[in-house]
Amino acid sequence: MELFLQQTLAGLATGTIYACIALAIVMTYQAIGHLNFAQGEMAMFSTFIAWQLIQWGTPYWIAFLATVAVSFAGGVLIERIVLRPIQHAPVLSHVAVFIGLLAILNSLAGFIWDFNVKPFPTPFGTAPLLGNGFIDAHQAGMIAITLLLLAFLYGFFRFTRVGLAMRAAAHDPVSARLVGIRVGWMTALGWGMAAAIGAIAGMMIAPIVFLEPNMMLGVLLYGFAGAVLGGLSSPVGAVIGGLIVGVVENLAGTFIPVIGGELKFTIALVIIVAVLVMKPQGLLGRPVLHRV
Amino acid sequence: MLESVPEPAVPDVLAPSLIGRNGLMLALLAVALLLPFVVQNFLIFQLTLVLVYAIAIIGLNLLTGFNGQFSLGHSAFYALGAYVAAMLMDKVDFPYPATLPVAGIACFVFGFLFGLPALRLEGVYLALATFALAVATPQILKLSPLEYWTGGVQGIVINKPDAPFGLPLTQDQWLYFFTLFVTVIMTVLAHNLVASRTGRAMMAIRDNPTAARSMGINIALYKSLTFGVSALYTGIAGALGAIVVQFVAPDSFTFLLSITLLVGLVVGGVGWIPGAFFGGAFVLFVPNFAESISKGLSGAVYGVMIILLIFVLPTGASGLVRAALQRLRAHKIQ
Amino acid sequence: MRVSSHRLRLAALASLAGFAVALATPAVAQKKYDTGATDTEIKVGNIMPYSGPASAYAVIGKTEAAYFNKINAEGGINGRKINFISYDDGYSPPKAVEQARKLVESDGVLLIFQSLGTPSNSAIMKYMNAKKVPQLFVATGATKFGDPKDFPWTMGWQPNYQSECRIYAKYLIDNHSNGKVGILYQNDDYGKDVMKGLKDGLGDKTSMIIAEVPYETSDPTVDSQIVKLKASGADIFLNIATPKFAAQAIKKVAEVGWKPLQIVNNVSASVGGVLTPAGLDNATGVLSTAYLKDPTDPSWKDDPAFKAWSAFMDKYYPDGNRTDSFTVYGYLTGQTLVQVLKQCGDDLTRENVMKQAANLKLDLDMLLPGISIHTTPTSYYPLQQLQMEKFDGTRWERFGPVISGEVGG
Repeated sequence: MELFLQQTLAGLATGTIYACIALAIVMTYQAIGHLNFAQGEMAMFSTFIAWQLIQWGTPYWIAFLATVAVSFAGGVLIERIVLRPIQHAPVLSHVAVFIGLLAILNSLAGFIWDFNVKPFPTPFGTAPLLGNGFIDAHQAGMIAITLLLLAFLYGFFRFTRVGLAMRAAAHDPVSARLVGIRVGWMTALGWGMAAAIGAIAGMMIAPIVFLEPNMMLGVLLYGFAGAVLGGLSSPVGAVIGGLIVGVVENLAGTFIPVIGGELKFTIALVIIVAVLVMKPQGLLGRPVLHRV
Repeated sequence: MLESVPEPAVPDVLAPSLIGRNGLMLALLAVALLLPFVVQNFLIFQLTLVLVYAIAIIGLNLLTGFNGQFSLGHSAFYALGAYVAAMLMDKVDFPYPATLPVAGIACFVFGFLFGLPALRLEGVYLALATFALAVATPQILKLSPLEYWTGGVQGIVINKPDAPFGLPLTQDQWLYFFTLFVTVIMTVLAHNLVASRTGRAMMAIRDNPTAARSMGINIALYKSLTFGVSALYTGIAGALGAIVVQFVAPDSFTFLLSITLLVGLVVGGVGWIPGAFFGGAFVLFVPNFAESISKGLSGAVYGVMIILLIFVLPTGASGLVRAALQRLRAHKIQ
Repeated sequence: MRVSSHRLRLAALASLAGFAVALATPAVAQKKYDTGATDTEIKVGNIMPYSGPASAYAVIGKTEAAYFNKINAEGGINGRKINFISYDDGYSPPKAVEQARKLVESDGVLLIFQSLGTPSNSAIMKYMNAKKVPQLFVATGATKFGDPKDFPWTMGWQPNYQSECRIYAKYLIDNHSNGKVGILYQNDDYGKDVMKGLKDGLGDKTSMIIAEVPYETSDPTVDSQIVKLKASGADIFLNIATPKFAAQAIKKVAEVGWKPLQIVNNVSASVGGVLTPAGLDNATGVLSTAYLKDPTDPSWKDDPAFKAWSAFMDKYYPDGNRTDSFTVYGYLTGQTLVQVLKQCGDDLTRENVMKQAANLKLDLDMLLPGISIHTTPTSYYPLQQLQMEKFDGTRWERFGPVISGEVGG
């Protein structure tokens, strides 16, 4: 029983990592109607920028804000330079472009900063919270930041004109254009925000998994699982989905004998797929109706 | 995204006169038959791998391009085919040509069964389910209880077949011809499948499931069948790949293989069968080319090449061929 | 008349030639070459994961290229320059086969040197042996790459994983025979090889192992595994992980307040690459083994060997990360190959390369004192000695004798 509790807590802590990146995934999906395979590498690259700034002696929070700003600009630029020219290409061509982006960012980061793991600072410290250190100050801080982001996004999409315009542009570009929304710029803005959120996620995750060019590879897989489980149209769902993935995976790895340890992620995925078969739009997602 | 898979390069422009096309095909085949006598063994080996990838990409194309189901899990079918072939050759001394049908059937059954629950999933959700399959595959292959058959993390080494009947061919040349033979059969079959009633049903489901259902098409059956056939193609490619490379190991069949096949599909052209050959050549040769430009940045160069290609040819090689044929036609009419 | 003079001339020519040969033979052994070697050049092939998940290891290939540049700049080996051709396989076995064939059949290399990774080397081993091309000093510690009977053309270099773990096993039996061992291992050939070595080494004390927990390289963290190990009640923690995961594990062990005796395998004993990210405080007291000089260890500051290595890095690999012990590894393997090629003299046939590689007795000064390279036609493990060490918070302190963990010995 104690082990159960400990694994659940540890799972929640790891789950916040997934929740963080799942939120960025949902953000992209909301704003541009796409799943971006390069999301993890973009976050990794941003985190390297922050690391470099800190190495140069910039105080943490200034580096943090600068990185968010640079990432936002980077996201907008990527949209303008790479995706604008192929906006009418088939969806799978976009997927190929994302794979291309992923390869470029990964390789560039390795070229500039090499492949050794680097410690990344945390602004919250690592003092243990909740007794045994299954959740520490950094992880608590990360949960807080994730919730703040969630609240911000909720407010942004619900109550601001830009947020509403972005939703409209993603949902129905033609009608949105008719009511005077500049759909192209809304998409670029969405990319910028997704990149900025990814940067925050990267900077929160790096102190735990260490910074290196491949750091997001595994995390992104789990983030996708969390986002899809929660329902891609729901930021709250993404956070809950991420946490569930973390906990389920730990419990499966601990309590299923023989194959549990070796197949812990697989078992978690099978459970998720089973849930999706029952509830094809994810836990909190809205069903999409097709016009015939 | 991924909710709707793109409209394919419509093939009717690609079918000028039947004679002209068959003539072109025969010419290409003649070149393919002569090539192994003029190039080095090593290049023959690479060309064989291109054919192997092409078969796998045709499999993926049947599912994604013609039936509108998205898959990130084809590395799993490729792995299953490869392991079936390797285990049969290693454990029960099966002759290598006989492993192909077994691998194909095993993958068909597995793909069909996997397709059943996947019926309820669409677009991105289906992508996740297939992705789960891709991630699980290497882990299952490594599983200790299965080690006796799979060789565990060490994999299985298999022998390379000699040319039969005392043919004066090197092992590489023979394997190339063997693979080419299989490839031709598989390509013709795929072509006929797509042109048949079944193929039209597959495409109807892709284009408008609701309308297809109201026309009396059994969507569940066709979707699962397509999954099975697609897996069969990829599994046969996997078995051939195992024989050609002479080695299978869990690390050969990671999620990255699925990505490779997907890139090959897109650059070749979604919904156009001959594109698979272009795609196969792209994923095999372009990384080598990228590496020759810069070792440290080979990944970046490869990424740039993919993006540039999509810039120039948003629908892959099929777009190029279509444009060329259109121009040719316009020329003829004048 | 004419004929006879012609004959005469021929005979004279023949005797002259014979004389020349007779003169030459004792002085210079007849030059003999296989593909890849000429009077001016030796082509050496190599396969590295420059891209993909294992790219951190590519530093080894870069260091080796730099080292051969140095050798060439200093005049080469017996007057021949090394042409080092290194290809990327992205850590994918099929790609490794393709690149190996390209090296052998298209580039025509004399041998393949330091191809990296167990899966890639397993994939090409049969091909290399069928072609009778040396697959020399493979960059993996898997025990199977030292089997002269079945694979006479394949040889390892670093101490193999099983040897290393026998040393830990011996240490545990001697010092903590009542301990309870919990193991974290990477779920692949490397992790399993290490586990086998440990179990063989423990012999009838295998019951000391009370928990074995695997992780996958795609796992973001090993937190859950550490929690599980702690709960098992183990008081000895064996950390068989690659650098990133080893660092995460050491950090997490400290965070959950678990205080076992920790052993980390030497793949991850780098101060700069593992212990610093994990936190030097957290790593204090960790045990490991070593065979080469850690470049971050301040005790080598005035060591001439270290200075020579340092000068090499400055001149030939200035971008290289000096805290990364892979640069020392690449430097040492480069030196080993150069020695083999020197020993070959003018007989640069593949057969002779293997013969010389299997006949090495070599002291390299960046290896720890007392450790040397030694091979015989029946022993294809160049390095088998290691020394235990303990991390004191700033540097590794070696203790005890240099131990040989010979497999089967």
